[in-house]
Amino acid sequence: MTSSEGVEASPLLSVRGLTKLFGSFAACNAIDLDIGHGEIHALLGENGAGKSTLVKMLFGVLQPTAGTVSLEGKPVVIPSPGEARRLGVGMVFQHFSLFEALTVAENIALSLDPKTPLAKIAEETATVSKAYGLPLDPSAHVADLSVGERQRIEIVRALLQNPKLIILDEPTSVLTPQEAERLFETLMRLKAEGRSVLYISHRLEEVQRICDRATVLRHGKVTGDCDPRQETPASLARMMVGTEVAEVQRADAGAFGDVLVEVADVSVAPRTPFAVSLKGISLKVRAGEVLAIAGVAGNGQSELFDALSGEYPIAQDDGIRLRGKPVGRMKINQRRLLGAGYVPEERHGHAAVSALSLSDNLLLARSRSDKRAFLAGGPLSILRRDAILSASRRICSIMDVRKSGDDPAAGSLSGGNLQKFIVGRELDRQPAVLVVNQPTWGVDAGAASRIRQALVDLAKAGSAVIVISQDLDEIFEIATTIAVISDGRLSDPYPAGELSLEQIGLLMGGIHEAHSGAEAAHAH
Amino acid sequence: MRIELQKRANTSTLFSILSPLLALALTLVAGAIMFGLLGKSPLGSLYIYFVEPLLDVWSLHELAIKAAPLILIAVGLSICFRSNNWNIGAEGQFTIGAITGSILPVLNPEWHSPLILPLMLVMGMIGGALYAGIPALLKTRFNTNEILTSLMLVYIAQLFLDWLVRGPWRDPQGYNFPQTKSFQPEAVLPEILDSGRAHLGIVFAIIAAVALWFMMRFMLKGFQVSVLGQSERAGRFAGFSAKKMVWFSMLLSGALAGLAGISEVSGSIGHVQPVISPGYGFTAIIVAFLGRLNPLGIVASGFVLALTYLGGEAAQLSLSISDKVSRVFQGLILFFVLSCDTLIHYRIRLIVNPSAAQEGKS
Repeated sequence: MTSSEGVEASPLLSVRGLTKLFGSFAACNAIDLDIGHGEIHALLGENGAGKSTLVKMLFGVLQPTAGTVSLEGKPVVIPSPGEARRLGVGMVFQHFSLFEALTVAENIALSLDPKTPLAKIAEETATVSKAYGLPLDPSAHVADLSVGERQRIEIVRALLQNPKLIILDEPTSVLTPQEAERLFETLMRLKAEGRSVLYISHRLEEVQRICDRATVLRHGKVTGDCDPRQETPASLARMMVGTEVAEVQRADAGAFGDVLVEVADVSVAPRTPFAVSLKGISLKVRAGEVLAIAGVAGNGQSELFDALSGEYPIAQDDGIRLRGKPVGRMKINQRRLLGAGYVPEERHGHAAVSALSLSDNLLLARSRSDKRAFLAGGPLSILRRDAILSASRRICSIMDVRKSGDDPAAGSLSGGNLQKFIVGRELDRQPAVLVVNQPTWGVDAGAASRIRQALVDLAKAGSAVIVISQDLDEIFEIATTIAVISDGRLSDPYPAGELSLEQIGLLMGGIHEAHSGAEAAHAH
Repeated sequence: MRIELQKRANTSTLFSILSPLLALALTLVAGAIMFGLLGKSPLGSLYIYFVEPLLDVWSLHELAIKAAPLILIAVGLSICFRSNNWNIGAEGQFTIGAITGSILPVLNPEWHSPLILPLMLVMGMIGGALYAGIPALLKTRFNTNEILTSLMLVYIAQLFLDWLVRGPWRDPQGYNFPQTKSFQPEAVLPEILDSGRAHLGIVFAIIAAVALWFMMRFMLKGFQVSVLGQSERAGRFAGFSAKKMVWFSMLLSGALAGLAGISEVSGSIGHVQPVISPGYGFTAIIVAFLGRLNPLGIVASGFVLALTYLGGEAAQLSLSISDKVSRVFQGLILFFVLSCDTLIHYRIRLIVNPSAAQEGKS
């Protein structure tokens, strides 16, 4: 038996030999997993290790090809999420499934018995959220809520079904340190009630802090089953990636060159009702500098990216300067011609078109800047497929993009590999200025380290790099300068060494909203 | 037991080729059942409908005449649909193209110059393009839905044509028939062979198909069409303008529909009359999808749909059933094409019971 001490004779959940084949590819290969009553169990692994497939099988979204699942000793078949809820399994997905235009109670009602009256749901929501320290106003519109609050809706929604096992998929990746702290308190309360939690994360410190046991997956197989408190982050990472993850070599601070990007007091009105307005943004990035912009999602990051990239040019032409030239009204391709490169947050449908091949996706970003290399025939603009394809191959080999076939569709690559390609596509041009939004969002540890190193190397070679990121570990790893964006306002820049995690957390949540500042203070 | 659609990891090449053929086969089966229910011999009726029209030279010419407007319109629509602009009003652009192209011969019946025909064709294209420009303007300016605006403009165009030929354009010596004078010989699109009526329209259609195939396959413009059609946001990131693409695709498809309109009037009819199209503009939507939105595929599917028109006429004569049957066949084809396309992205699994699903992997 692999169950830890203090666990009853039959574990709550017992998985034996669970396998899922997609065609001939085994996403999960003979997985064994035991979760005891009142246990917080971590599921660790890189992207593509099979974590999502495993939990989807446990939640009835996918059907296993082979193997058994037992709940409290009884073998069960979980044909659908509805059945999973009935059996006492709840799940909080990484990407929330909430309707922004509806209220909290209405969103919760959607997943419950359709006959329950809304007033009753609102009441239960209020009760449950209070009992678990997850304050929520049932009549608030989701669009007005922060990501942390939205996650609370998902958790409360799961709790209303009175589950024995709650699966949380990377819950803290979108939270501020203070918000994460509150979540941990909630998890401890669930544990005290005897409920079990399956906690998926790639943040090793967190796992070590709150989890009782950890199962590590790699390439669809269990590669480790351990007590995370007995392990070091390095040993856990080794189980996840098979080798030691390379440490990023940071650029030296102090040796900066000319100012390459300058933004002076830029304000942008929101384009849609759910967008954030930018309020008096100013920043300067010099050659050799990596400016990281921290902040919780939805605080104006994408709007800032749109303004910097010129996808939505701004009104004041001299509001943004690239290498001294005013570019505020220029569109993205004109800015690219001045030596700028861009990596948006969303890979599918923004940075890349999933159905198109990698070489087409290379052309997507560089049809204008590399016109001479990639196009022929003058005004006819005939595509030079061979040149595009060989550039695409070059990028894949430099960035170690793992793919099936020579030039597969972008959608067939894993998140990390596609991201390596998208970053490599810009690096290949040696841009003087690179603006990256969430460079390693949903990317496995190996690819993330590779991408971060590439960004640092680019800065070392004399480019200015702006990294917009929610991942504080990443920011501390690569930034030379840190600023924090919150509600469309950008804080003053601080040299990376001078900011603590707590200070950033306060800047992220605390400057502008009196009540959340009080909340954050209360959490301490 | 239930049937489940399971998403394929990759799109199936086999089914993207097979799907149109499968759709045609299913259409034939459904057609046979329909003939059976009408009390006709199913196989005999299908023979009369789909095979007999191919057996003599005269009908082959008719087939080319009917395929020409279908292909011309459908290749233009394929660019629209690929770029995510849903021009449903090709019938209206066809009608307006026929009207503007006919201005010269109707108003100057005595002008005998070799210039007249090229001018007519150009004016037809301009008319069709301008008419398609209306929904384009409304979409880019006011964000209106081009499906509705382009469709509603069809009825305006048809009623305008009706008014023209009953009013200002009516031939005074025409015994009060609502039609214009017959065009002078210089204004008639020449026939390509002596053996029948097929005119240059089919040549235009094939040139347009090959040119647009080349554009989609080898040119940056074609790349812009597919990027913007699949993700406007990615298109913006690439620096392509979605608004310009609305204009480009609408004007292009309008011009081709207009060319089809004036070719039909000048080549097949010889004068303007209240009804000049058996619904080519709408049938071309089916042609475009049956041809997988690929200009070369559309050449093939244009002939298939043209056959349903001919078969409908033959069925009316020999089987004495309504020529509305051709509409039924067109509807069946579109229905089956769209359903069979599901197989490109999904596989079908029969699930007898949940535990059997584990062995049910194919």
